[in-house]
Amino acid sequence: MNDEARLLKRLLGPAGPEISCEECFEQLDRYVELELSGADADAAIPGMSAHLEGCPACHEDHRSLRDLVEAESSSS
Amino acid sequence: MLNPLATADGTVEAPAGPSPAPSMSERSEAPPVPGPDQESRAWLAGLRAEGARKEETSRRLHDLLLRAARFEINRRKGSHPHLRGGDLDDLAHQAANDALLAILGKLDTYRGDSRFTTWAYKFALLEAAVKVRRRAWQGREVPIEPEHWSVIASRGGSPAGEAEGNELLASISAAIESELSAHQREVLVAVALSDVPIDVLAERLNTTRGALYKTIHDARKKLRSHLAVEGLRFEKDELESTGLRS
Repeated sequence: MNDEARLLKRLLGPAGPEISCEECFEQLDRYVELELSGADADAAIPGMSAHLEGCPACHEDHRSLRDLVEAESSSS
Repeated sequence: MLNPLATADGTVEAPAGPSPAPSMSERSEAPPVPGPDQESRAWLAGLRAEGARKEETSRRLHDLLLRAARFEINRRKGSHPHLRGGDLDDLAHQAANDALLAILGKLDTYRGDSRFTTWAYKFALLEAAVKVRRRAWQGREVPIEPEHWSVIASRGGSPAGEAEGNELLASISAAIESELSAHQREVLVAVALSDVPIDVLAERLNTTRGALYKTIHDARKKLRSHLAVEGLRFEKDELESTGLRS
């Protein structure tokens, strides 16, 4: 993605409906476990992926939790 | 959906024995909702116990949270070379302490939708991430002045394939001035243009991440409406067709 596209994405955010930061935190653990189990996490929690696309902080929190749980699973 | 193991006051208790299998009609009416697994129930029981058992479980949970906080801080330290080892370990301990308090205060909200450890990790990761972001911005000015958004229009290059993107940026720049409130402008510009972490801005403005994101969401909605009225295309697929995505 080039600079202009990245800038437009950050300014305009996701097009679809999205959940709030509070709902995102509430559902994050469930979402990550669904993802790692291969289930359709986006269908189970509508609006989550759009929020993760639009909110840089929640996006980072999601990535961290997924990586940590994945690392714990692979080491056990 | 209600957890089948939840009591009337919302707490979750370990079942006395195996649950009977649902009948076919029950299976067809509602998807099964798994309650906490055995390990998660053990965590809950230990944290709800009294005396030495509770202390021991809390200590083990703190160890777990400290590991999660260090995981988060280690992955961020490359982006913040000015933060030293001792500072970072202090932050990890603070994050684990705050996460433990948050978890004990919210224990009754755990419904068993994930393993208890996954649920607990998110508190430690959040505390650690917020603390690192705030420490990294300590003493730095947050750029929210109006002149920062006027640079949008000048950011676009002018290759022929990106002319539509440049038109979009120019229109967005004008809409930021004409359509957004001063507060919406400040927040959108700080977070989307100046890369100010939303938690840092929330602390400076004495508000929350959620409240600021709502402001950003409303501002984006106004900008999208403005572009639609002007007949400008801005969806992902359309950006791709203009050469703006690669």
